Amino acid sequence: MIDVLIIGGGIAGIETACSLQDLGYETIIVEKEKTIGGHLNDWDTLFPTHRSASEVLAHYTDETRKRALTIYLNTYVISVKKQDDGTFEVHTSRDVVFRSKAVVVASGYKLFNAERKEEYGYKIYDNVLTSADLEVKLKDLKGEFKTPTDKVPERIAFIHCVGSRDEKSGNHYCSKLCCVTAVKQAIHLKQLCPKAEIFCCYMDLRMYGPGFEEMYREAQEKYHIQFIRGRLSEVGENSNGTLQLKVEDTLAARPCKIQVDMLVLMVGMESAKSTELFAQSCGLKCAPNRFIQPLDHHIGSNLTNVEGLFTAGTSIGPMSVFDTVNHAKATAFAIRDYFINTAR
Amino acid sequence: MRNFGFSTTKSRTIDYGDIDRRLISYILENEPTFNACLSCGSCTAICSAGNLTSFNIRKLSLQIRLGDLEKTHEEIDKCMLCGKCLLECPRGINTRNVVMLIKKGLTIFEIKDKA
Repeated sequence: MIDVLIIGGGIAGIETACSLQDLGYETIIVEKEKTIGGHLNDWDTLFPTHRSASEVLAHYTDETRKRALTIYLNTYVISVKKQDDGTFEVHTSRDVVFRSKAVVVASGYKLFNAERKEEYGYKIYDNVLTSADLEVKLKDLKGEFKTPTDKVPERIAFIHCVGSRDEKSGNHYCSKLCCVTAVKQAIHLKQLCPKAEIFCCYMDLRMYGPGFEEMYREAQEKYHIQFIRGRLSEVGENSNGTLQLKVEDTLAARPCKIQVDMLVLMVGMESAKSTELFAQSCGLKCAPNRFIQPLDHHIGSNLTNVEGLFTAGTSIGPMSVFDTVNHAKATAFAIRDYFINTAR
Repeated sequence: MRNFGFSTTKSRTIDYGDIDRRLISYILENEPTFNACLSCGSCTAICSAGNLTSFNIRKLSLQIRLGDLEKTHEEIDKCMLCGKCLLECPRGINTRNVVMLIKKGLTIFEIKDKA
């Protein structure tokens, strides 16, 4: 029997495994994709420093190798069953059944599917992208930045809160990272296309973290990004491929039209479907936002209603890279406490 | 009153201790979702009446909250009750019912526009 089975080989899972190894415990990681690192693989740069995501990823790849962590790739969890003796039996897409003393749910999140907001025209109009699409585009960028219809953009708009704080898409909660990501991406595009006019349409700007507010100010002062307080209602396409946005400039109290060459939808974070499925299999409680409900928001955010089952990272809600890393480290300590208290 | 030979202007300050709450209380009682408005402006941006006239449902709601009912009648009559705002609202507010309640409330409390 292994000490801890970790579901998910993103940064939360790997960080938890590293910290647990430092504390002297044996772990295995089960990852559904063919590679570790999760969403970090798809990111170009990270806020608030514009640091390359691959640099952080490389750190975790190195750690994995140096520490010889056991990772099962291409393996997804079907069910987690708690045994009478308090240990766990984990069934996966592989034939073997894993047994462990504790389980960590580090299964992450999925991005909101922007096609669900049909009025925003994603996958209908060529020049509508999601924030994730833009990261991939920037990561693979060779030469000049151009819109999907091959134009050097003169006007670009970012739409905040797509699939977040929106009852109509079933997500009432704030994804909290999209605000700062929009600011980061707006700055990046302005650097690539200095002549472009860039707009951010927001409801509220939530610059909650260290360096975020500074970045927002830089976007205004240095890069002249224009922030419009209004939520997008609908998008139409003109015959020349440009997009027509309908927004109310709420501060001017007038409806306004904005014509842009490219639209970026800041998609929010949702609980992964697989998380919900195996949460059901072991009686794990989910919050109304469908992420896993922590046992105690303040002093036990790594614990769940099932003893011996822990969480790390975005399985409990939207989290930045640095919050995820800290949360994962704390999970290792919570598990140590559990092992000591239950003499396992 | 003694005439000092000059006039004063009424203060424009919003006095939260002295707000006419008749209409807003009536709306909130019958459509509690209205409490959740974020003032995001989605309703106004999509509004057919708002694109053609000065009608601004979001601004009007704010004025009603502040008991500023001087032009409510004239403004609310611009709404065509198409309900696009209702489809759009991220907070799930039944905006069309809010419009109906504004109309009803104006009649119940005999609120007239200021000439």
